[in-house]
Order: sequence, then structure tokens, then C-alpha cells
Amino acid sequence: MSRLAVPKTYKLAIGGKFPRSESGRTYAVASPSGRFLANAALASRKDARDAVVAARAAQPGWAGATAYNRGQVLYRIAELLEGRRAQFVDEIVQSEGVTAAVAGAQTDAAIDLWVWYAGWADKYAQVAGNGNPVSGPYFNLSVPDPTGVVAAIAPQERTGVSLLGFAAVVAPVVLSGNTTVVVANEAAPLSAISLAEVLATSDVPGGVVNTLTGSPAELAPWLASHADVNALDLAGAGSIGDGTAWIDLQISAAETLKRVLPPVSGAPAPSLERITAFVETKTVWHTKAML
Amino acid sequence: MTIDHPVALAPADRAVRLLGGDLTEKALRLHLDGLAGVDAVGLEARAADLATRSIKTSSKAWALDTIIRTCDLTTLEGADTPGKVRSLVAKAVMPDPSDPSCPRVAAVCVYGDMVPYAVEALGAHHGDPEKGLVSVAAVATAFPSGRASLAIKLADTREAVAAGADEIDMVIDRGAFLSGRYGLVFDQIVAVKEACRRADGSYAHLKVILETGELQTYDNVRRASWLAILAGADFIKTSTGKVSPAATLPVTLLMLEVIRDWHRLTGETIGMKPAGGIRASKDAVRYLVTVAETVGEQWLTPHLWRFGASSLVNDVLLQRQKMTTGHYSGPDYVTVD
Repeated sequence: MSRLAVPKTYKLAIGGKFPRSESGRTYAVASPSGRFLANAALASRKDARDAVVAARAAQPGWAGATAYNRGQVLYRIAELLEGRRAQFVDEIVQSEGVTAAVAGAQTDAAIDLWVWYAGWADKYAQVAGNGNPVSGPYFNLSVPDPTGVVAAIAPQERTGVSLLGFAAVVAPVVLSGNTTVVVANEAAPLSAISLAEVLATSDVPGGVVNTLTGSPAELAPWLASHADVNALDLAGAGSIGDGTAWIDLQISAAETLKRVLPPVSGAPAPSLERITAFVETKTVWHTKAML
Repeated sequence: MTIDHPVALAPADRAVRLLGGDLTEKALRLHLDGLAGVDAVGLEARAADLATRSIKTSSKAWALDTIIRTCDLTTLEGADTPGKVRSLVAKAVMPDPSDPSCPRVAAVCVYGDMVPYAVEALGAHHGDPEKGLVSVAAVATAFPSGRASLAIKLADTREAVAAGADEIDMVIDRGAFLSGRYGLVFDQIVAVKEACRRADGSYAHLKVILETGELQTYDNVRRASWLAILAGADFIKTSTGKVSPAATLPVTLLMLEVIRDWHRLTGETIGMKPAGGIRASKDAVRYLVTVAETVGEQWLTPHLWRFGASSLVNDVLLQRQKMTTGHYSGPDYVTVD
């Protein structure tokens, strides 16, 4: 007797919950050869708005956790990814149409990337901060502070980035205490939602990473102009429209003085620059003993 | 008091007209206990149905402005200071400094001892909200518990009125009401109403807070609403905001139905004020729909309808800014309360 398949419903991840789009819309996700894989939620601007509210609410608590603790949480993500490796390999094989070996390499790279960034959590401040030399009996310290809520467009290439590109955008943003709203790869969003499930079970507080699936062309303008978003990572925005649409996003982001990171091709390589792009330097002075 | 031993009540015009000249506890009790019971399931289903209406574009813009125009901007904390009241007044007069077309709120609602500061800070803006000015409302009668002797409640009320309060928000004695001493509650409302009389013979508007969160049943809410109206309330108000649950849509609907029935019976218009727990514009719009569908749109004026809220205005301003600028606004663009 044959068994009925139980297909998974891929929903959004907002505020630690997995809601459908408030608009009720979905779109069909297919493999490169056109085979139907799943229905994913097609997020609307109101989902983006709700995600920003959730990210803002989660931000002080996440930034208030110790750097060491955030590093431990990021490392825990790598541990859980390792445990669910087979599922991610399978999803990448199906949605990118690559071999199991190629998919395995992408999954391993994503896991290693979480470990790499986890290590930076309690170390980047030593590199990005400074004890400034002053001519008086006091300290002058520059310390990096998370900028707040960061909206990001994950890399949108058809192959090689569905999991790795998403992780490479999220990890450097959240490790310093930012929270984020990420628009996943439109054509291959399945790994991003499965990763959201990993995040939900790996001590990452609800609302720190909010994942939207749908059209970056539709969602990005709302996030770029949103007055309660502090920074914009346009990693995957080069694919919107004719390839120059991201400049309009940059212009509307300037209205509210957001930091903007321009598009890249493929998954951004792990780097300290991606961490420091989303921190603000706070300089304070403190008296020191004259003895 | 027992129902077998009739006690004369203080005279109250409305009650005398409805129940006859020899107003007794027994007559009052017979009337209130004779009210039809509330169909709780039907009431909640009706309220849930009204909450599903979708209000968009120009209707939404009108609704947002109406919410601000009919809002009692409130601060009722033990930590209130004259400075906090002044900043509240500044916000009441100009809710959105980035948009001069934003209407003013109806009133500021403060504790009695803060009334002089509110009046002083309002200056020339103090007056009738129907004319674009801002009233001062004071909570009185040992708010929020109401546990004090009648003499203290009356002194509390007189002081606020003398200091310039245009509206008095009083609480009923829920303990007396729940133990069935309707006469006592009635007498106290009548006495407070009398204490609202100013030197020139006019009266400060009296809002009677039923504190529906403590009344246990919808039947009690209906009885308390009738009791307050009979005793001379100008407004009936759901809650103090200090007890959970505060205002809910079904309770507001029920009280509006009493107001509608009273209007049909006598032609008099009684005001309604839900207070506490209404924080989102979306919720507030549902209340407006309920008013329009129950007593009619003509009730949506500051003389007959108020929201009692502290954080609601900020959410409405965010929605307003979204509608005018076309992009989402954030908490950095409204006051920190």
C-alpha cells in the first residue's frame, strides 16, 4: 500500500512565530527544471511592517545579552545545523538542482560560517574599538554599539546561495546585537525557512531574525523607506529590476539616514567589515586615578 | 438596607421621571432587577462581527482624526508631576508638531491635584472641544478604588471643579453595587453630581466609571449603566484603566445599547467613554464602527464619545504619518511617554 506524501507548508518567520502572510498570498516554488516543490508565503508590505515591529521589540534584549552569550547562541545554531544537515542538503539539491556533493559543500560552508562569526561575537569590539590617546588624566574609549534594526535582502542567485547566502547576510548583523528583517532568496526560499526553524530552537530570542519570503522588488522599497529601520544590507538587491533599482533604495534610505551596504554578487564572504558595517562607534571618557 | 424597608433616595430628576415621585430603594431595585438579561453569546458574536469591518483610505483618514479629536489624553500615575502634566498639555494642543493639520485631542485627564497645572498650561487653549479647544478632566471620588467616605469623595470633587476642571470622572462604589445596595450607589452619584455644580450654577460634566472589570457579569454592566444614567450621569465610562480587563468591545457595545435605549425612551443623549487597554489604532477604529452601528454616527463628537487612553494617540499618529508620507514611520517620530 502506498503512502500519501505529507508536503511541508513553508511560512514566514516573524517574532518567533511562523505565520502565513497576512495577505493570504502564496507562490509556487519550483526546481530549476520546473518541478513543483512547495508553496511558500508571498509576504506583503504589512508582513514587513509587522516584522520590523517584532525586530524592534527584540532588539534591546538581544543587545543586552553579553557578547559571550551571543557567541554561544550563534555557535549553537551551527550545532543544530550540523544535526539537520541531511534535510538542508536535500532542500538545496531540490531547489538549486545541484548534486548532493555540491549541496553538501554549501551546507558545510554555512555551518562553518556560523562558527566563524560566533567566534567574533566577543572579539570584534577589541578590533573595532579603541582606547584613544588623550593629554589628560582620563580615559577616552571608543566602543562599537549595534545600530538597531537592519533590513536585508539575501543573495538572489539561482544556485550556490540559498542557504549560504542567507546565513552570510544574517550572522554578521545579529552577532553584535542588531536584530534583522531578511527577505529570503525568492526562487529558492526553502532553506531560509528551514533555517528559521533552526533559529527558533537554538536559543535565539524570537524577533531577532525575521524571515520573509516573497518578492524583494515588492518588499525592499517599504523596508528602505521605513523610518524605524536603522540600516539596510542590499546584498541581493542587485537582481531587482534592471540591476540599478537598488540605487533608488539607497536614495529613499537616505531620507532617514540609514547605513546602506551595496549589492554583492553571490554569497558575501565572511569578513570583519560586514560586522563593523552595522555598528556605530560610541566614544566616552572616564576619569582615571591621578596616583 | 432591605427591599422590605423603603428608604427615601436623594432626588434625581431622571429617576423621578421614570420611576415616579416617591423614589425608593425598592422601586429602583425592581426596575434594575427587572431589566432583561444580556445574551452574552449574542453580544460577543455581534462585537466580533463589528470588529471585522475593513476601514480604508479616506474613511480611515477620517477615523484616525476622529480618534484624536475624541481622545482624553491621560496620565494617572502616582509619579505624575506638574512638569509631566505640562508636557501632556503641550501634546494635547499639538499632537503632531510635524503636521499642523492634525486635530487637537478633546481633553487632558489628570488627578485632581494636577488640575491647576493643566489649566495654567492650557491657557487660551482651554475650552470646549467642539470648538477646537481642550478641556480638563479630573478623576475624583478617591479614584481608582473609590474606597473613602462620601464626605471625602465630595470634597475631592468640589476641589477639582473649583480648580477649573470641566469634567469629573467619578468611580462608583463597586462593593456596594455587587452586594446589591443600589440605593447607596445611586445616592452617591447624585451627591457627586451636586458637587459638580459651579459657583455660577452650571455643572461640570460628570462621567461615571462603572469599572466593568469588577462587575463580573454583563447583566451587572447593564444594571450599573442604567443606575448611573438614572442618577444623572452625563457620560458612562467603562473602567479606571487600573483593573484588568479594562475596556472591551462587547462591554462597550452593551453600554452603548443602554444609551441607545435611553435615547429612544427619553430623547436624551448620554455620552460613552471606553478607557484602558485601547492601544492600537486598529482597535480604536473598531470602537468607532461599533458606535456608528449602535447609536449612530452623530455620537462621534467630543460631547458624546471619548477614548480614555495614554498610548493610543502615538499609534494613531504613526498611522497618520504613514498615510501622509507614504512610508512607515517609527517610534522615534512621536513622543516618549
